[in-house]
Amino acid sequence: MKAAGRYEPYSYFQLMEVSLRELLVDKGIVTEDAIAGAMAIMRARGPERGAAMVARAWLDPAYKERMLENGGAAAEELGFEVPGLKLIVVENTPKQHNVIVCTLCSCYPRMLLGIPPEWYKSRAYRSRVVREPRKVLAEFGLKVPPKQAIRVHDSNADMRYMVLPMRPAGTEGWSEQRLAALVTRDCLIGVAVPALPKKPKSRKS
Amino acid sequence: MTMQKLGTVPIYNVGDRVRVRKAAPLGHVRTPFYIRGHAGVVERICGAFANPEELAQQRDGLPKQPLYRVRFKQKDVWPGYRGSRSDVIEIEIFQHWIEA
Repeated sequence: MKAAGRYEPYSYFQLMEVSLRELLVDKGIVTEDAIAGAMAIMRARGPERGAAMVARAWLDPAYKERMLENGGAAAEELGFEVPGLKLIVVENTPKQHNVIVCTLCSCYPRMLLGIPPEWYKSRAYRSRVVREPRKVLAEFGLKVPPKQAIRVHDSNADMRYMVLPMRPAGTEGWSEQRLAALVTRDCLIGVAVPALPKKPKSRKS
Repeated sequence: MTMQKLGTVPIYNVGDRVRVRKAAPLGHVRTPFYIRGHAGVVERICGAFANPEELAQQRDGLPKQPLYRVRFKQKDVWPGYRGSRSDVIEIEIFQHWIEA
C-alpha cells in the first residue's frame, strides 16, 4: 500500500496497462463497467473449484481417472467453464509428492484456483523450489520423507498444473462438501497437504 | 535446424531420451536457461502449440510446434543436489528445442 498522499509515477508496465485500457474504452471495444465486473469476478475467485474437483476424485475413482487423463474436461464435467485451459492434474501418492511452479513468470490455473499468492510470483520461490524443493517445502512446514520422491512441475509453456493430494486418514464417510473444505490453495499447489482440523482444546471456564 | 523439426508432427515418443538444445537466442523464449543442455526422458506429448518465440514478434507462430513434457533427474540438473535420487523435475519443451 502506498503512503497516503504520496505521489509515485506509474511504472512502465502500469502506464502501458492504463493506456491500453483507456484506448479500448475510447474506441468502444470494452466498457469501464465490463472491466470492473471482470476484475471483481477474478478477485472473488478462490481455490473452491479445484477443491471441489479433488473431493469428487476422492469419492469417485472413475472421475479421478478422467481427471488424470484430461484435467480441463474434468473441470467442465463439474460445470466449471475453463475455455482453452490445458490442465494436467498430478497425483500425490505414498511414493511421490508433486509441487507446481512457473520459473519464467507466474503461470497458474487461475480459472480454477483464483489469483496466485504473492509468494508464488516471487523470485525466491520460483528460483529455489526447482533446485532445493525439500528445503523450500520444509520452510512451508511440509517435511517430505526421503521415501517419497519429489516431482517439481515447471509450468513454463502452455500447460497448467494442479496437484491431486492424498485423502487424509480419518475422513471415512465424509461428504463431498466436507472433504472439499480440507483442500486449501496450498494443497493444490503442493506446498501443503490436507490435514484434519485440530481438535479444539477443551477450555475450563 | 531441419525442416522436419519445424513441422507439427511429433518426431519423438514417450520414453525417448532427448537433450535440450544449449543455445541462447534473443527474444521471448519459454525454455529456461537451467534446463538447456540437459538430457531427460519424454513423459508425455502435450499436443502442438504456436511457437511462442514467433508469437512474441507478432507473427502467427505457425507451423505449430509439438510440445513435450520431459522428465529430468534432479541430480542430473543441479550439481550437488541434496535430496532423493528419485527426485525429478518435469518441464515443457518445444520440439525445436530438442536435439535427439
